[in-house]
Amino acid sequence: MIHIRDLYKSFGDNEVLQGIDLDVFEKENVVVLGRSGSGKSVLIKIICGLLKPDSGTVQVLGQEVDKLNDRDLRELRLKVGFSFQNSALYDSMSVRENLAFPLVRNVRNLSRKEVNRQIESMLNDVGLSQTIDQMPSELSGGQRKRIGIARTLILRPQIMLYDEPTSGLDPITSIEINNLINHVRHKFSTTSIIITHDLTCAKSTGDRLAMLFEGKFISQGTFDEVFTSDDERIQDFYKYNFIQNDLERASSHKQHH
Amino acid sequence: MYLKKSRGYLLSKKIDQFFLDLYDALQFVLRFFKEVFRPPYEIREVIRQCFQVGYRSLFLISLTGFITGIVFTKQSRPSLSEFGAQSWLPSLVAIAIIRALAPLVTALIASGKVGSNIGAELGSMKVTEQIDAMEVSAVNPFKFLVVSRILATTFMLPVLMSYMGFVAMLGAFLNVHSNEQTTFVLFFQNAFDKISFLDIFSSLIKSFVYGFTIGAVACYKGFHAKNGTEGVGKAANAAVVLSMFLIFVEEILIVQIANSFR
Repeated sequence: MIHIRDLYKSFGDNEVLQGIDLDVFEKENVVVLGRSGSGKSVLIKIICGLLKPDSGTVQVLGQEVDKLNDRDLRELRLKVGFSFQNSALYDSMSVRENLAFPLVRNVRNLSRKEVNRQIESMLNDVGLSQTIDQMPSELSGGQRKRIGIARTLILRPQIMLYDEPTSGLDPITSIEINNLINHVRHKFSTTSIIITHDLTCAKSTGDRLAMLFEGKFISQGTFDEVFTSDDERIQDFYKYNFIQNDLERASSHKQHH
Repeated sequence: MYLKKSRGYLLSKKIDQFFLDLYDALQFVLRFFKEVFRPPYEIREVIRQCFQVGYRSLFLISLTGFITGIVFTKQSRPSLSEFGAQSWLPSLVAIAIIRALAPLVTALIASGKVGSNIGAELGSMKVTEQIDAMEVSAVNPFKFLVVSRILATTFMLPVLMSYMGFVAMLGAFLNVHSNEQTTFVLFFQNAFDKISFLDIFSSLIKSFVYGFTIGAVACYKGFHAKNGTEGVGKAANAAVVLSMFLIFVEEILIVQIANSFR
């Protein structure tokens, strides 16, 4: 489904990606793990054509993304969904309008009744049908993430790209989002790339992990294969992540009391 | 040696950046003309934006127009009285309002009210990745956000300008009526006696150009906002400052062109 070869990208003097190779196969969930600033988000923005690579090839569903014209890129994007880190909901539109926006512009001749039916069904899938007429500002962080995913799914993409799906969420909501990612995969038969620095998310959603460090993959494999490695950088990341998760849990516990 | 000194810039960092920005802005305007004729047409969004542009500025334009009419008439009366030319007051006021004040004041108010709003709105959409979200859901954000807003400002400015001209003339009439007891019909007959087709036409052209400038500058600044909330503030500010500057430059040019036809 996705084949990346020798991918390079830099911003000024900052070389963000330095020779990335990655293959993602059909109905597979691949997690790209790494610290903040390691180039994870840049990688998926290149995959969906939001950024252009300096060199290398990115093939998605058999098409080379940076060689597509505007029209073909738009066609491809109907098959590739992108869930943003901060959800990127249109804050001047209600939840219903957010979901209707891509649908009515990309699927011609849909009746209003059919649009509403699809929106309601999609909101049911993410468990938020009661928010249909709410504005994004009235939603919690977890609800915004779910609505963002629903808006992406409404076009029935074959590939889902999740950018930090659990960042900024408490542990319980994070688990709910992880479950939703797995539910989406099974119900919609999607292939996914999940960008995260959260090991719980990586373990519960990924079939395969790719560890990104300073613009290069330093390890690829299953969760256990990656984290039984002796590489000091991976072990540091593992330890730091659990310290951070403990701190988050402690802070969440404090807030509840 | 020179290249090393200037770190690879052609002239200097600032001058190079200025020309790059200018090129970028030109590309942006050219893209507008390319996209405006290409379907799908976002007609509902254009109408919604027209309503927003008109509605947002209506109160301020009514107030400013009315006050401008009264104050300008009040200030002009003593000078005309000195020469015994008080009867020329309606014509003088009409020439000033229709030729210069209505288009210019409307544009400046719209630039502050509408331009800053568009700059901040698009800027905040940019920094919160809402524009990217449109792009990845196979919707052309340029067409939906930029083309509709530029069309709205371009078509609504002449409407607002005409309305402001009328309100300003109404203010002028009230002032003249309270001093000289003239009638509504006589005042407007006198006022439009010295107004030619060229005056009205050049004012309409001016407001089309100002409307386009306000929309294009605000959208460009908003669409290229960066660095979080600070960038949004900067985009809104730059939208107002740059469009006001360009409006004055355009005013000089259009007046020169219109005068060559008189």
